[in-house]
Amino acid sequence: MSDCRRQWNREDELPVYLAGPISTGPNQRKSFGMFSSVEGAFESKTIDFDNYAVGRKGSRTPRSGSRERVLDAEGGAERSAGRRGHRNPERLLIKGGRVVNDDQSFFADVYIEDGLIKQVGENLVVPGGVKVIEVNGHMVIPGGIDVNTCLMKPYLGTNPVDDFLQGTKAALAGGTTMIIDHVTPQPGDSLLDAFECWQEAADKKACCDYSLHVDIPQWNETVKDELELLVHEKGINSFQVYMAYKDVYQMSDSELYEAFSFLKQLGAVVLVHAENGDLIAQEQRKILGMGITGPEGHPLSRPEELEAEAVFRAITLGNRVNCPVYITKVMSKSAADTITQARRKGSVVFGEPITASLATDGSHYWSKNWAKAAAYVTSPPLSPDPTTPDHLHTLLACGDLQVVGSAHCTYSTSQKAIGKDDFTLIPEGTNGVEERMGFVWDKAVAMGKMDENQFVAVTSTNAAKIFNLYPRKGRIAVGSDADIVIWDPNSVKTISAKNQQSASEYNIFEGLECRGGPVLVLSQGQVVYEEGKLQVQQGTGRFIPRKHFPDHAYQRVMFRNQGKEAVTRGMYDGPVYDVVPTPKYITPAPSAKSSPTSHQPPPIRNLHQSNFSLSGAQTDDNVPRRSGHRIVGPPGGRSNITSLG
Amino acid sequence: GAQSKKGCSQEDDCSSLLSRLGSDSPRPRMKYGGMFCSVEGAFENKTLNFESFSPQTQRRRAARTHSDHYDGGDVLRVGGQTVVFPSGHTRENYSKREGDRLIIKGGKVVNDDQSFYADVYVEDGTIKQIGENLIVPSGVKTVDAYGQLVIPGGVDANTNLLTPQKGLNPTDDFYQGTRAALSGGTTTIMDHVLVEPGTSLLSAFDQWRETAEQRACCDFCLHLDVTRWHEGLYEELETLVKDKGVNSFLFFMTFKDKYQSSDSQLYEAFGVLRDLGAIAQVHAENGDIIDEEQKKLLCLGITGPEGHVLSHPEEVETEAVYRAITIAKQANCPLYVTKVMSKSAADVIAKARKKGIVVYGEPITAGLATDGSHYWSKDWATAAAFVMSPPINPDPSTPLYLTSLLACGDLQVTSSAHASFSTAQKAVGKDDFTLIPEGTNGIEERMSVVWDRAVSTGKMDENEFVAVTSTNAAKLFNIYPRKGRIAVGSDADVVIWNPKETQTVSAKTHNLTLEVNILEGLEFRGVPSVVISGGRVVLEDGKLNVTEGSGRFVPRKAFPDMVYKRIRARSKMAEARGVPRGNYDGPVHDVISMTKSIPPTPTTRGPPCPKTQTCLRNLHQSGFTLAGAQVDDHIPRRSTQRIVAPPGGRSNITSLS
Repeated sequence: MSDCRRQWNREDELPVYLAGPISTGPNQRKSFGMFSSVEGAFESKTIDFDNYAVGRKGSRTPRSGSRERVLDAEGGAERSAGRRGHRNPERLLIKGGRVVNDDQSFFADVYIEDGLIKQVGENLVVPGGVKVIEVNGHMVIPGGIDVNTCLMKPYLGTNPVDDFLQGTKAALAGGTTMIIDHVTPQPGDSLLDAFECWQEAADKKACCDYSLHVDIPQWNETVKDELELLVHEKGINSFQVYMAYKDVYQMSDSELYEAFSFLKQLGAVVLVHAENGDLIAQEQRKILGMGITGPEGHPLSRPEELEAEAVFRAITLGNRVNCPVYITKVMSKSAADTITQARRKGSVVFGEPITASLATDGSHYWSKNWAKAAAYVTSPPLSPDPTTPDHLHTLLACGDLQVVGSAHCTYSTSQKAIGKDDFTLIPEGTNGVEERMGFVWDKAVAMGKMDENQFVAVTSTNAAKIFNLYPRKGRIAVGSDADIVIWDPNSVKTISAKNQQSASEYNIFEGLECRGGPVLVLSQGQVVYEEGKLQVQQGTGRFIPRKHFPDHAYQRVMFRNQGKEAVTRGMYDGPVYDVVPTPKYITPAPSAKSSPTSHQPPPIRNLHQSNFSLSGAQTDDNVPRRSGHRIVGPPGGRSNITSLG
Repeated sequence: GAQSKKGCSQEDDCSSLLSRLGSDSPRPRMKYGGMFCSVEGAFENKTLNFESFSPQTQRRRAARTHSDHYDGGDVLRVGGQTVVFPSGHTRENYSKREGDRLIIKGGKVVNDDQSFYADVYVEDGTIKQIGENLIVPSGVKTVDAYGQLVIPGGVDANTNLLTPQKGLNPTDDFYQGTRAALSGGTTTIMDHVLVEPGTSLLSAFDQWRETAEQRACCDFCLHLDVTRWHEGLYEELETLVKDKGVNSFLFFMTFKDKYQSSDSQLYEAFGVLRDLGAIAQVHAENGDIIDEEQKKLLCLGITGPEGHVLSHPEEVETEAVYRAITIAKQANCPLYVTKVMSKSAADVIAKARKKGIVVYGEPITAGLATDGSHYWSKDWATAAAFVMSPPINPDPSTPLYLTSLLACGDLQVTSSAHASFSTAQKAVGKDDFTLIPEGTNGIEERMSVVWDRAVSTGKMDENEFVAVTSTNAAKLFNIYPRKGRIAVGSDADVVIWNPKETQTVSAKTHNLTLEVNILEGLEFRGVPSVVISGGRVVLEDGKLNVTEGSGRFVPRKAFPDMVYKRIRARSKMAEARGVPRGNYDGPVHDVISMTKSIPPTPTTRGPPCPKTQTCLRNLHQSGFTLAGAQVDDHIPRRSTQRIVAPPGGRSNITSLS
């Protein structure tokens, strides 16, 4: 048991049905193309246990037992056995539902065993004693994947009120069965240590499967080794870089270029927090100087243009490096439009609007109630333009934006009040993990903008594809994890902090009505949510490792990797102007920022004199010097190649 | 220095005519109703009325003409104080000056707003009369313009005649450069003063001006290129704007570790320029990316000129243009993007203008006339001749596209970005494209290129041609209507344009010392047949007759109307206001013990913090500890529970409903 964690990296130890689809080996999903169905997914068939059983009987253990790796060997074995006894025998048949995947919908029953979908089809042959869930034509959709949560992001030593337990509970209650949380190390911290710390906490507390993004707080050589380790041994394939937070996390364009290049080699997806940090710092200073200290200073100092500008720059960098770029938290129309236009030109870029930007707007920053205004503080800020949510939904519906996250990061009012006299100190983050799927349904599907398949795509499948979880997650298909949601499009719910799962005392969607919601949620084949009641067990969530080079992001990049070629031409052998070996003006070294007043030789003195001198008396000393005269003719004179005709 | 300063600032009191034109004085041009309206009375037929010019005006004219013979400021002062001509005697005083009186007959006068047939009478380097049947003194030289256009002399808003690169001086200096300019119909140039990091702006400016006054054959203005911004420059900028007649400053977003300015620096600088009433210019390319791409290409073994264009891709230009516009918008400062070389960069400018941002774009001769396919030429010298940045775009449809945007007003000014380096100088970079000095010619061909590509193809009319080659630049940089217009009182910089004739560009026949011409072999319709600069005929019958040092420095005032009217209105509107609300008096999370993770201050770029162990270790423990045993020690700690309730408890203002 103690070497379970090792086994994660050994593909051949995984069950056959998993080893194939997720891997990037020679026989990978590529052959099916990205929008094609998984082979045989829709056929009616009986289960063939022998198919899985050959020599693989024990191989379930590593996966379901992933959390035991943090325990010591003996204890772990016992607990593991106990838990399996409790959880695994569950066999479920979801009957009479309409299975909705991102590509098509069809009526079928779904048979689940051992936390996996074993059969999909009609008239399934199933063992006796199976628990049957009648869903009466309701939609059966793959569980949601929330790709952006911050359940442990520390701020000045305090942690968000929703930790992995509260956060994943809220996620499950909203129909999300997997989250990808951000590991947020501080500058100078080891990424590996931070990752392990996050993993440990999540293993203890998470109620649903999870994976982790790692944020890169600064770029340097040591980070590179850690990144390599994280990608190759820890199953992380996405890293976030910041263009904002000057002097803390912000990277310069050069650093971004290097980071992008390095992450591309590793086959990772680059997540970008896109805002122009330089300008924000300036604006903040200006706005504080004007005496504006309340939360309205937050959107005033981070206008929409700065977000759009940074998105544009990130995409440009991505194009230059030829690397997929994923923009987290698309909050404004202009940023979304920038992504749209780049995609039209063929850039490999993905955009992620979040619950908050899809369901509300930034007018609340001007609320007279400080606590309410502060609750909306997140960056990039919610756009004050009330038409923004509608616009973002339209782009989601047509595929210009791909993934819906929540950026769930909740701080209590008292924590937000750290910044009561200075808006720059207000911890940033809003809730949304619970409401995410509901609002997409309410504002896009129920409005007729989006169909149910696209709904599944933006809430689950696209994320699974981009981050290489597909088809284990994000699809109802044989072999996929049994993370399933029975969705009721007609349920109506009023959002309120009083009846939410999140521990935060304020909900930014307070009072909004939301059509559509989960009736029943299955996580790993277990019913965890039914008719408004959660039945979760802390620590049942597993860490899901993700392989590098996700097809969805990298296929095109690979094809574009063709090199540039130099022009083959003869050597230039014409005259060459003689440059003085020691330049008169020393260019400053890259890192040395010499003081601006440091006196350099005045460059403007003798403009008509050449910059070099030959030692000793010259034959032309009597001729006044002019630049442009001195050329060094090569022995043999001019050759043809320099003729200018 | 001190004297010339005085001389420039004196302008206000010595010329009632000129101070009214294009100034920001209380009675500015504004009353005529906006940027494209005509100058009052410009098209009326009228007889010369010498009385209408006050004695002061005469004096001023004298002062300006005299300055042709001496250097700059001193002379203005001398002239202003000592040369006093009683009214009515002017003619006698000036009759000795050859070519001072001219009548241009039979041509069609073309301004940016309308065209009409009229004769133009020029005296003392100024246009004195426009109309038919003019009454002029006898013995006036007649310039025949039948069947041709009489247009304001071109204004080339971007030249680099003295800017050294990598220690090399351009082969064409102010003399050869302005000579070529005149031969192409350009009578005013605006040269860039490159101020090396760490040197004084003022001394660089003075040097440049001195050199130019000795050498230039046509009038000139100067832009200053600020290579290292810091707040200490404020005073120098203020002096330059208020006393030296410079109202435009260029910043580089490229040339990393040399001239490049960061976003913060640009923002600060733009703010200062806005307050001073100057125009921010940018060389827009992302230097960070270029630097990385250059390294990458050199590693790949690409050392030829094609590496230049590969390392300066179009997107990098576009990105920087977008960023510059964002910064200018934030700082509410007018922006002028020099050298718009690609379709996408031009599009960004066009879109920003549609959103109401005060931004101007300047395509150049090379970008309008040719494309970047030559970088792949097998002949190294040809390929190297095209090296400039941003590079000429390899997309062959770019020139047409830029011309279209120019025609519809999305781009406003054409310039040449002339910076000529001989093949031997370019060959400094024969083994490494990053060392090739950057620059192309174009000062001479500029106007013909625009005529050929835009007017004779029907994209643009003759009035728009005048606008983009002359008037717009004059308006933007506040020398209008002294330059950029055929009107009474304007400088006599006049070009007789022959739209029918064609010329073929060749390095053998051009007026530069450069041995290459990037437009070699191209044929252009439309050539200047006569060029009048400062009232003197400098080009006639194909013969150039220029005088070294006859060019005057043209000072430019701050707050050009065309640019600043909108900016001013916005400054008033843009004031943000806070929300008046009661003090928050609810619970506040206690961050006393936060020393373990210090909130980073905005300005310090400290070394990476030492590894903060506590930060990630006990995540579920509160961030602070109370000394000694506590009553709740048996309860496991969770963060966010500790709040400090204020005395008096919660107040209404924190209720969350």
